[in-house]
Amino acid sequence: MAGSQWELPPELCCRPMAFVALTGLDVVYNAVHRAIWDAFCANRRADRVPISFKVLPGDHEYPKCRTKRTSYEWYIPKGILKTGWMNKHLNLVPALVVLFYELDWDDPQWKEKQSECATKVEIVRTSLQGRNTKVAVVLIQKKTPLPPGEDLVASERAAALCNACDLSGKSLFVLPHTDHLVGYIIRLENAFYEHAQTYYYTEIRRVKSHKEFLNKTTHQLLFVRHQFKIAFFSELKQDTQNALKYYRTAYSLVHELRAHETNMLEIKTMAGFINYKICRLCFQHNTPLDAIAQFRKHIDLCKKKIGSAELAFEHAAWMSKQFQSFGELFDEAIKLGLTAIQTQNPGFYYQQAACYSQDRKQQAQQLCQAGASYPSPEPLETQSGALDFYGQRPWRQGHQSIDPPDAEKEKTGILALQIKERDVPHSELIIALLSNAVAQFKKYKCPRMKSHLMVQMGEEYYHAKDYTKALKLLDYVMCDYRTERWWGLLTAILTTALRCAYLMASVKDYIIYCMELLGRASTLKEDQKSRIEKNLIKVLMNEVPDAEPECDSSSVSAARSLWSDRMALAGSNELTLEVQDYIPFIQCKAKFQSPSFHVDQPIQLQVFLRADCPHPVSFNKLAVSLSNQEYNQWCVVEETMSLLPGKTKCYNFSFVAKTEDVGKKIEMAGIEVMLGGDSGRCVFVNWRGAGGDAASTHEALQASRSSRRWGRGMEARQALDWDSLTIQHSTMIISRVPKISVQLSHQPPALNNEMYCISLTVQSQEEGVAKDVKLTAGLKPGQDANLGQTTHVTLDGSKVCDDTAPALLPDVPLGDLKPGEKLEKCVYVKCVSTGPRVFLFHVAYSIDTTVEGRQIVCKCHKDETVTIETVVPFEVSVKFVSTKFEPLDRVALDIPFLLMTDILSSSPWPLLLASSSLQLLTMTSNTPQLQSQLQEVVLQTGESASECFCLRCPPLTNSNSTVATGQYLISWRRQSSSADSPLIQTTVTLPHVILESVPLYIHADLPSFGRVRESLSVRYHIENRTALVQEVEMAVEPSDAFMFSGLKQVRLRILPGSEQQMLYNYYPLMAGYQTLPQLNISLPRCPTTNTHTLRRFLPQRIFVKPQGRQLDDASIAAA
Amino acid sequence: MAVCIAVIAKENYPLYIRSVPTQNELKFHYTVHTSLDVVEEKISAVGKSLGDQRELYLGLLYPTEDYKVYGYVTNSKVKFVIVVDSSNTSLRDNEIRSMFRKLHNSFTDVMCNPFHNPGDPIQSKAFDGIVSGMMVQTG
Repeated sequence: MAGSQWELPPELCCRPMAFVALTGLDVVYNAVHRAIWDAFCANRRADRVPISFKVLPGDHEYPKCRTKRTSYEWYIPKGILKTGWMNKHLNLVPALVVLFYELDWDDPQWKEKQSECATKVEIVRTSLQGRNTKVAVVLIQKKTPLPPGEDLVASERAAALCNACDLSGKSLFVLPHTDHLVGYIIRLENAFYEHAQTYYYTEIRRVKSHKEFLNKTTHQLLFVRHQFKIAFFSELKQDTQNALKYYRTAYSLVHELRAHETNMLEIKTMAGFINYKICRLCFQHNTPLDAIAQFRKHIDLCKKKIGSAELAFEHAAWMSKQFQSFGELFDEAIKLGLTAIQTQNPGFYYQQAACYSQDRKQQAQQLCQAGASYPSPEPLETQSGALDFYGQRPWRQGHQSIDPPDAEKEKTGILALQIKERDVPHSELIIALLSNAVAQFKKYKCPRMKSHLMVQMGEEYYHAKDYTKALKLLDYVMCDYRTERWWGLLTAILTTALRCAYLMASVKDYIIYCMELLGRASTLKEDQKSRIEKNLIKVLMNEVPDAEPECDSSSVSAARSLWSDRMALAGSNELTLEVQDYIPFIQCKAKFQSPSFHVDQPIQLQVFLRADCPHPVSFNKLAVSLSNQEYNQWCVVEETMSLLPGKTKCYNFSFVAKTEDVGKKIEMAGIEVMLGGDSGRCVFVNWRGAGGDAASTHEALQASRSSRRWGRGMEARQALDWDSLTIQHSTMIISRVPKISVQLSHQPPALNNEMYCISLTVQSQEEGVAKDVKLTAGLKPGQDANLGQTTHVTLDGSKVCDDTAPALLPDVPLGDLKPGEKLEKCVYVKCVSTGPRVFLFHVAYSIDTTVEGRQIVCKCHKDETVTIETVVPFEVSVKFVSTKFEPLDRVALDIPFLLMTDILSSSPWPLLLASSSLQLLTMTSNTPQLQSQLQEVVLQTGESASECFCLRCPPLTNSNSTVATGQYLISWRRQSSSADSPLIQTTVTLPHVILESVPLYIHADLPSFGRVRESLSVRYHIENRTALVQEVEMAVEPSDAFMFSGLKQVRLRILPGSEQQMLYNYYPLMAGYQTLPQLNISLPRCPTTNTHTLRRFLPQRIFVKPQGRQLDDASIAAA
Repeated sequence: MAVCIAVIAKENYPLYIRSVPTQNELKFHYTVHTSLDVVEEKISAVGKSLGDQRELYLGLLYPTEDYKVYGYVTNSKVKFVIVVDSSNTSLRDNEIRSMFRKLHNSFTDVMCNPFHNPGDPIQSKAFDGIVSGMMVQTG
C-alpha cells in the first residue's frame, strides 16, 4: 500500500515496555490459572510497573539466536535497521520467562513433581539457547505459607528445588492461591520487573561491547544501528533520559552517513524514526521547546535531501508525514496538559503537512504520466513479502554501493512506484490534514488562518470534483473576506466557486457568482468580466453558458450535458436572489424625498440604479415594496429598461398617503429588479430595505469623509455622485398644516381661587368648511402631578366651580366653522395654589381636501400653549388690641377687647371687596353685628382696608388656655369683571388667643375731654371677679395738672361679684394731653395684682381743652 | 529585502499591497491577511497592560516554512506588514525596524496630502518609490 508506506510503524510509536513471558498457565481450562492471568493483565494503570505480559506454552519456540560474530573484519552491513528488530524485542524475545507450577511444600509426591518441574525449566532454557533471557519459577500453592524461617520443610525443599532446576534463590517464588491474589501478583511483578531491568542492562552492555570491533569506513551503518539499539533497550528499561541521549547520538550519526541517490530513502526513513523518538521523549520530559528545536533542525537538514528526481513525490510525502506526526505528538502533549500559543500550535504543522501533500500531488501529476503499463514481473515484490531493512528498495535489498546494480531493474522499479502513486487519493489526504489544521487554528484564535485553510479545502474538494462540498466551504468563508473587504482574495474565491457552479450546472449559484464577479468588488480584468457577462446573459436567455477557463475538458463535457438537461427541464424558470449581503453588479439605492410628508402632499420617492458591468444590461421590471402594501401598486415600472455601464439612472415614484396613516411611518421593505424575461429565465434581484449592499456602508462613510473635506464645491460639481447618495428608507406621514388661527386673551396673572377667564378666539382661514371643531383645554399634561389636583377648568363662569371640575376639558365640541368665520369661547380656570402653570388649547377639526385629484378627509389640529402665573390677591393680617389700642398678648376674660383686620391688596388689578364678616366661635361681639365696614370697597395695588371689631370673651371655666377665635370671611372679585360674575369667598382663619382671668377689674367712666378750670368728674368702677371678699387699698397721687376732690386714700372691702364705685372730681389746670392723677391700688390678699397690672385697664391721659372764649366776630375777621 | 509590503487599514482591509512579481501574488495576499490574526492578538494584549505606551513595532508575527512576516501598528491602528524570504538571514531586527520607520514616514506624507481621503487605497508615486526601494529587486 503506497499510502501507508509513509506511516510510522506501530512498534516505533508505542511506548516500549519490558516483555515478560508466562508459561505453564492453562488460562482456558484452569480457573485458578485464569484468575492469576487476569490479575496480571487487568487494571494496568500508571502506578503498576510497565511490563507487557504474554502467556506462552511451556515448549514455545523463541526466535533463534544467531551465532555470535567473533570478528567484524569481513562483515559489510546491508542496511541500518532490520524491519523486524523492534518487534522482536517488544513481542518475541522476553526479558524473563516465568514458569508457573502447582506444587505445595507438603505435596505427597514431592520427588516426582520436583523432577517434573526441573524438566520444564530445562525445556524453556533450551529454547532460549544463546539468549540472556532469565528464567524464574513460581509455585502455585493452595496453602498460605508460614512466615519465612518457621517452615523448616519449606526452606529445605525450596533449596532442593533450586538445586534441581539450577535456579538462584531469587528466581523462585511462591504464589499462594488465597484471598489476596492481587497483592501477591503486584509483589511478583515488581520482582519480575527487576529481573527484566537486569536483562536489558546486560543487552545494552552487549551491544556496546561490539563498538571496539567496528571501523569507520565499512561499518558506518552499524554505528547508527548500535546507538539506536542501545537507545531502544534503554527505553525498554524505562531509562528515558539515557534513551534520549543515545537517540541524539544516533541522529547525528545518521546524518554523517554517505548519502547518495540509492540510500537516500533509507537515511531519511531512519532519520525520521529517530527524530520521532527524540521529539516524543522531549514532550514526555515536558521540554516542548527542545522538541520543536529538534524538529526544526531535522527539517532543515532533510528539506533538501530530495533523492531521486523521478521520485520527488516520495520526498514530499515523507516531509508531509514528518510534519503530520510532529503535529500529532504536539497535539497529544497538549491533551496531557501542555499549553500552546497562537503562533506555536499543532495547526502550523498540520498546515505544512498539507502543503507538502499538495506538492506531492503536483509532483505526482507531473511525474506519473498516464499510459505506462505496470511492469511485469512485479518489481516491488520481495521473497518474504516485506523488506528486510527499513527504507530500502524491494528490487535491490541490502545494496549499499553508490550505483544501482541493475539499471533496467531500477527503471522498472521507479515506474512501478510512479504508477502506484497515481492511485493515491491525494486530495483526501490533503483535506484531512487541512481539516486537522482548521480545528487547531479555531482553538488558537486565528479566524483568518482558519478561513484561508477552508479556502484551500474548498479548492481541494474542487480538484477532487466534489463540487457540492467545495461550494459549501467557499460560500462559508466568502462572507468573511467580503466584510473585511479583501477584494483580491474574494475575487479568487468567487472564480473557483463559479467554476464549481458551472461544473455542477447549479443555476442559482452560477448567477450569484456571476453577479458578484461583475460587480465593483471584483478585481477581474475587463475582458474576463465581459466574458462572464455574456455567459450571464446566456443563462438568462435559458441557454448553456460557455465553459469557465482552466476546467479540465472531461468535466466540461459532463457539465455541458448537465446544463442542457437543466435547460430542457420545464419547471419553474423563476429565481429570486437576495443580494443585500453580496456585492452585485447592479447597485441600488432608494430614498424618500423627505423624512416626512404632510398627508395632503404626494409622497415622492426615488430609486437609483447603476450597473458596474462592462456591457449595458437590460431589465424588465422595477418594483418597490413598502411597509404598507397598499401603496406598492404605485411603485412599479414594467417595461424594458436598460442601464449603461457606470451611469446612474433614477426612477421617480409618487403616491398619496391614506389619512389613516397619519402619524405612522412608511418604510421601504424591499426593492426588486427583474432580469431576463418570460421567454427565458426570470431572475428577481431583491434588495432588502432601501437598497445598498455589503460594501455600500463603507463607501458612504468614505464619501461623507471626502465631501466633508471638499465642502460644497464638490457637491455642486457632480450633482449625482453615486457614493454620496444617501439612503432614506422611511418617511413619516404627518397631519396637514392647519389653516386656522387660535388666539388667547386674558389678564395675567391669575389670582388664587378666582375664576380666571381665558377667552379663546378661533378663526378659520380654510377655503372649505372646517367640520367638527373640537377644543381640548386645560392644564397641559406632563407637569407636576400636584398641579392636576389644584387646577380646575370649566366653561361655566357663572358660579365658582368646586373641586370636582377636571384639570383638562377634553373634546369640547364647537361645531363647524365656515371659511373666515370666527368663534369665541371663554374657559374659566380656578387655581387653588400659586405658581406657574402651562395651559394647552388644542383645536382639532377635519376638512375635505383634494390631492392630485383624490378626495381625502384630513384631520388638522392647532395647539396653543400659555404659561400663567397664579398669585395671591391680598394678604390679611389680624391683631388683637385692648380698648386702649394697646397690643395684647393675652386676652382677659369677660373684658372687652378689639380685633383689627388688615387686607393688603397684592393684585396688579383693582379688587372689589363685596363684604366681609366674622364667624366667632367662643367670643361674642361686644356690639350688635352691623354691616361690614368694607362693603363695596375697591382696593388698588398696594392699598389696604382695615376693620375693627369689639369683642368680649365670656367667662369660661377652663380659663388660662388658648382658644380658637373663629374665621374672617371676605367676598371679593376683580373690579374689572362683570357684575354677574361670581364672588369669591376667601376665608381667613383667625389666630388663637391665650386667655387669662383677672381677680379685679377696674374701669373708669370719664368724658372724652376736659376743659381747663372746668370740673371733670371721673367715676371708677372696681369689680371683684373672685369668689372671695377682697380688701382694696386705693390712693390717688397728687398731680400738677389737676386739682381734685374725692377720697384721697381709702381702704375698702368688696363682696364677691359686686362692684364699688369711686367718684372723683378733677379740675384741670393745664391744656393739652395731661396725665391723669395716678390711682394706686393694691390688694393685700392678692399680691400679684397691683397697680401695675391693673393700670392697663385705666385711662392714663386725657385731652384738656383750653378755656373757652366768647366768640368775637371781629377777632375772627382779624384772623 | 522584502518580498511583500502591505498597508492595512484600521478596519483590516488593504490600503496598499505589493509583492515581487515573480511569485504568486495571491499567496502573499493570504499570508498578509492571515498575519492579521497575530497582529490583532498582539494589539489587544498590549492594550490591556500598557495603555498608550505602546511599541509600534510588533516584531516577527509568525514564521512560515518559506517566509518571515513582520508587523508594525501605528497609533491610529493602521498596520504595516513586511514579508521577507526565510532564506534571507542577513536581515537583522534593526534593519526591519528601520524599514518600518521609513514606511511610516512615507505613509504620514501620504496622509498629509490634502487630496487624499483617509481610508482610500494609497495611490501615491512617492510611496510607491519608497516601497520599491525596500523590495527585492528582480530582473
